Amino acid sequence: MKILVSVKRVVDFNVKVRVKADGTGVETANVKMSMNPFDEIALEEAVRLKEAGVATEIVVVSCGVQACQETLRTALAIGADRAILVNTDAELQPLAVAKLLKAVSEREKPQLVIMGKQAIDDDANQTGQMLAALLGWPQATFASKIRLEADRAVVTREVDGGLETDAIKLPAVVTTDLRLNEPRYVTLPNIMKAKKKALEVLTPDALGVDVTPRLTTLKVVEPAKRKAGVKVADAKALVDKLRNDAKVI
Amino acid sequence: MAVLVVAEHDSKSVRKATLNAVAAAQKLGSDIHVLIAGHEAGAAAKAAAQIAGVAKVLHADAPQLRDFLAENVAATVVSVAKNYSHLLAPSTSNGKNVMPRVAALLDVQQISDIVAVEGADSFVRPIYAGNALATVKSRDPLKVITVRTTAFDAVAAAGGDAAVEKLAAPADSGLSSFVGRELSKSERPELTAAKIIVSGGRGMASGENFTKVLEPLADRLGAAMGASRAAVDAGFVPNDWQVGQTGKIVAPDLYVAVGISGAIQHLAGMKDSRVIVAINKDEEAPIFQVADYGVVGDLFQIVPTLVEELKK
Repeated sequence: MKILVSVKRVVDFNVKVRVKADGTGVETANVKMSMNPFDEIALEEAVRLKEAGVATEIVVVSCGVQACQETLRTALAIGADRAILVNTDAELQPLAVAKLLKAVSEREKPQLVIMGKQAIDDDANQTGQMLAALLGWPQATFASKIRLEADRAVVTREVDGGLETDAIKLPAVVTTDLRLNEPRYVTLPNIMKAKKKALEVLTPDALGVDVTPRLTTLKVVEPAKRKAGVKVADAKALVDKLRNDAKVI
Repeated sequence: MAVLVVAEHDSKSVRKATLNAVAAAQKLGSDIHVLIAGHEAGAAAKAAAQIAGVAKVLHADAPQLRDFLAENVAATVVSVAKNYSHLLAPSTSNGKNVMPRVAALLDVQQISDIVAVEGADSFVRPIYAGNALATVKSRDPLKVITVRTTAFDAVAAAGGDAAVEKLAAPADSGLSSFVGRELSKSERPELTAAKIIVSGGRGMASGENFTKVLEPLADRLGAAMGASRAAVDAGFVPNDWQVGQTGKIVAPDLYVAVGISGAIQHLAGMKDSRVIVAINKDEEAPIFQVADYGVVGDLFQIVPTLVEELKK
């Protein structure tokens, strides 16, 4: 079974982002960039499926600027077999990415696409569901467990009230939640090996996809800051504050 | 043109998140219709008809809609989309699952998790774990939107008298099926609807301590219980307790963070709470930067004393 995994290059989750002074976005120059953490989980799951003999090939794809090649090399070091960059400097919104991934899926014909449930930069939580819709495939979002059978996947999903399990026919799209697995660290020998793996570069034009953004960002501002409050000595003083100052209990 | 709110319901009643989404829809100034997609959910459709400000309820009743599978619900929403200028749903796990599928089928770029309506085509939404707020303008003729429930005060659940209209559901997609559900059983208020939340982090050290130490405090306050990602990952408590950027977003009147250091990702889920209390042994913990009241010390001593003080 061939698995396609998509990865996004995002500002590292440890970075506290700053809004640009001109209000056009957030500062990304000279900021540490990493693979979106949910995509790391997606890739780890694919690699485990290959190690278990279920998957035969893992193709990893990223859409965006040239620097996404670094993210793809990391993915190859984690265990993907080959990589595809859909290269563009244009701003990509989830619908456009879903269209690019659809075009790549039609070329690669994977049985399963695994991707992160959301990217930690735009927090949209859309691309997987959109890709499934465009391909006419079923979807299982927010996965915490994936079991593959002959022609279907049985997926346990993290939902508001607890856990829900759905069965979806293959081919399908699965998006990952935090508890699916714990991604491995990349080792040096694997980084070296990854340099020799194939990395193909495509463009939206070559794939016949119009990526024109549908949303225009009018402005980006910092949210109102919470003022740090006071430290109180003990539980008794706390109850007094909550009852008499804040009046919340 | 009217706007459509895709309701979150449990067949018998309408969940509060729907009332928040209707509140967001009201800002658009058009007639509001509510869709109840389900099976044997007539009671929920009746409840929806009573929501203040709702002009019409569409009730799609079919066995394949019972478990709210994305494929079937999205097809149902798409079947009526041409009648509307905006399609909204609360940012619940169902809303997040279904709406992007709807948007893609309609060739629309969805606007996720809005916190303010600036006009018919402009909305404010948080990005980067809420560390920035973006105002975006859509050029799609139809808008598909999910609503951050904490940002809109719920409309009244009663007072309306809308007509309920039957809607035929498209056939089962045959692509997916429901297998089962393990829902956390609790007598407590629901996390996203609670007025008070008591939340525990890595500092709780075990699941047993959540029961022994934190539960009595939650009982005393009539509070819902939540947790940080660290506590969920460690297996102390179930996944649906997680508050944060990718878990539940909450904004209660009082949020008590116990043994939670306050990573950006956790703060993203609770920093709009009205009053925040932090109890932590590390006085440098970032949680104190957003807390209105902080107590530095050993939670295993402070929390039981707090319970005793609350009894007085």
